[in-house]
Amino acid sequence: MSFFSTRMLAASAFALMAAAPLHAKTFVYCSEGSPEGFDAAPYTSGTTFDASGHAVYNRLVQFKPGTTEIEPALAESWDVSEDGLEYTFHLRQGVKFHSNDKFTPSRDFNADDVIFTFERQASADHPWHEYIPGITYEYYSSMEMDKLIKSIEKVDDHTVKFTLSQPEAPFLANVAMPFVSIVSKEYADTLETAGTREDLNNAPIGTGPFRFVAYQKDAVIRYQKNADYWGEAPKVDDLVFAITPDASVRLQKLKAGECHLMPYPAPADLDEIRADPNLKLDEQPGLNVGYLAYNTTVAPFDNPQVRKALNMALDKPALIEAVYQGNAEVAKNPIPPTMWSYNDAIEDDKYDPEAAKAMLEEAGVKDLTMEVWAMPVQRPYMPNARRTAEMIQSDFAKIGVKVEIVSYEWGEYLKKSMEEGRKGAVILGWTGDNGDPDNFLSVLLSCASANPGGANRAFWCNEAFSDLLAKAKASSDHDERVKLYEEAQVIFKQEAPWATLAHSTQYVPMAKNVTGFVQSPLGDYAFDTVDLTE
Amino acid sequence: MLRFILKKLLYLVPTMIGITLVAFGFIRLLPGDPVLLMAGERGVSPERYAQIAAQLGYDKPVWQQYLHYLGNLLQGDLGNSLVTKKPVLTEFLALFPATVELALVAIVIATVIGVPVGVIAAIKRGSWFDQFSMTAALVGFSMPIFWWGLLLIILFSGVLGWTPVSGRISLMYFFPQVTGFMLIDSLISGQKGAFASAVSHLILPSIVLATIPLAVIARQTRSAMLEVMGEDYVRTARAKGLSRRRVIGVHALRNALIPVITTIGLQVGVLMAGAILTETIFSWPGIGKWMIDSISRRDYPVVQSGLLLIAAIVMIVNLIVDLTYGLINPRIRHK
Repeated sequence: MSFFSTRMLAASAFALMAAAPLHAKTFVYCSEGSPEGFDAAPYTSGTTFDASGHAVYNRLVQFKPGTTEIEPALAESWDVSEDGLEYTFHLRQGVKFHSNDKFTPSRDFNADDVIFTFERQASADHPWHEYIPGITYEYYSSMEMDKLIKSIEKVDDHTVKFTLSQPEAPFLANVAMPFVSIVSKEYADTLETAGTREDLNNAPIGTGPFRFVAYQKDAVIRYQKNADYWGEAPKVDDLVFAITPDASVRLQKLKAGECHLMPYPAPADLDEIRADPNLKLDEQPGLNVGYLAYNTTVAPFDNPQVRKALNMALDKPALIEAVYQGNAEVAKNPIPPTMWSYNDAIEDDKYDPEAAKAMLEEAGVKDLTMEVWAMPVQRPYMPNARRTAEMIQSDFAKIGVKVEIVSYEWGEYLKKSMEEGRKGAVILGWTGDNGDPDNFLSVLLSCASANPGGANRAFWCNEAFSDLLAKAKASSDHDERVKLYEEAQVIFKQEAPWATLAHSTQYVPMAKNVTGFVQSPLGDYAFDTVDLTE
Repeated sequence: MLRFILKKLLYLVPTMIGITLVAFGFIRLLPGDPVLLMAGERGVSPERYAQIAAQLGYDKPVWQQYLHYLGNLLQGDLGNSLVTKKPVLTEFLALFPATVELALVAIVIATVIGVPVGVIAAIKRGSWFDQFSMTAALVGFSMPIFWWGLLLIILFSGVLGWTPVSGRISLMYFFPQVTGFMLIDSLISGQKGAFASAVSHLILPSIVLATIPLAVIARQTRSAMLEVMGEDYVRTARAKGLSRRRVIGVHALRNALIPVITTIGLQVGVLMAGAILTETIFSWPGIGKWMIDSISRRDYPVVQSGLLLIAAIVMIVNLIVDLTYGLINPRIRHK
């Protein structure tokens, strides 16, 4: 141990004695960015959800750790009516909200809190709808909860009934998402009286495993274990987020013992992490897909045979080596293999440039020149789009197709790539929100989504495919849904609106003494189960 | 003196108006749009887009938006961040002390080392010290800050373990932020070891931020000294038989300092630019990182008002430098 850190240790021992509130077990997470706020409803970024929704709050139902299966949370059980239109949630009793220096709850969690949570987002007339000027509820509207939920009714203090406008199987998965984290109505009333409504966003009160203590902007978030937690109590006493935006610096902090766990390591650092005896690396296939979307409304890409031929020209293993440093798997379907209803029977297009060339000729395509769009930002599903585009360019050159690589600023890219009659094929991807196949297939490939404001960048509208999705969405029979989605994937493969590229692996480096961390397929970071061994 | 200050302050008004125009225009000229960036891969329907744009006032012609912004500014309202929805001024005030602390320590390091190095290099012109320090200054001046910062972290924090990697203070210390200056707050807190921890966290980032100003100040001091040493009054002082120390310290240095002080004042702008990278590398919660994040998210209110605040501060510092100038050189005051 160096001189400096010995001294620091000595100093910290003093501090321990001097400052009573410091606890034995402090878990430090080197988070990748600052939360936008602590009310999860108005925001959309995972960074914000980790700091608010997962640490401080609970939902009616939740994802079982490490899976996308739904399990009870603040609702102990629920009934679904025969027609799939009514969901009745039976709420857990005796659940305590946190307290802070301005608020001590006088009652336990009940139906009023649930109704408040949903209605403030649903209704523009609700007094808390725009409690901060300019606030909007993007997830609530983009998941179409406003259209889906017809009414919410308090049956009694511990029972809430949701009536939907149409049967919708993914509804339960939706209400497990952070944007409908249950907030305390009593707290809101207290803030209203005190005239400090914005504290709903600054000093959150939830029912979650950790109680919010303090936030220093862009630096540190502090939480304390919720001693009254209704679920299994957290193993650590204090939870600290040390905000560290640069991936290399995060790693240095992890190595120096300044934090215990970090998200999003740089792909180039993975070997170094594996070699470090003080660290371990948890890996899991991510719930994502990286793809190249053709514009299926523009010739010659309106011909499935042409799209198929281009897909056969792609050397995907080489691409995965070059772009993902091998930390991904080849994608053959639009949904990742970890998702239920993944159709493993489907065979990927064989890499065969000669056959691809012949197919193009057969389709009457000669001297084809096309654009390939490379997104300007890095995403877990696409660490380097420019490199990907270059790989595609050289693969296509082998079958006589000339590729011109273009790129735009990210906002422009998203906008222009959804413009009708777009030239060229677009590199993009998706990370699942709630683990439901509908969250991939409908959002990215349905007819409804092929319009402005949608995200179907192939502009691919296949009636048979969309019908299958609609049927699956309305069915509450899980096995039937699996069959329908499997069938839909067959159509997708025949029609080839995309070249499916890769499903990237998610890595979580942590100190050797960290136990109990469960990686979420959704990319959430939750710490109620972590512990530190000596 | 008062008239001098008032006149200078008056000059700031048109400059500030110019800056509002530039800041307002600059962020809007960049392609991209905050609503689309917030929606991300999912996209946003045209109706919803129109609704949000109307709510934010972005559906109005740009000149109307600008006048609206100016009107709010005059009432002291700098707007709210589109991302956090918090007032820009609140965010600025929360983050600014961290940048000031870092920049002050950096400029002190740069001056305390840069001026003596420049003086010695000048009086020992052509010596190995001169050659070595001026080569080092050239290297320092051309240093890519991001790379330099990471290199220092890997060496001093990673390999040697002498300094902490990033942040402002060890996470085991937790006390209220009274002034926002960690050095002061850690002392006030009375927690043992807190001040030492704050100092140790400042070492690497302030060295990184000081690197370019240090190089500039050393070179500027050297050339100013060389010029002054050839002046008549220095020759006279020498001829009077004054000690070498007195000739250099009083007659030469005091005159040489005038351009050096201007240089130091101008470094404030350089420090603000350097702070962006330094703060990002060292996870330093200051305004540099805040501006970068806001530009990439097209957070219009933060960028336009943040730039305005930073520009105002740079101008005020330069005004103070002008005044110091007057103290050193009475001729300027009387003009």
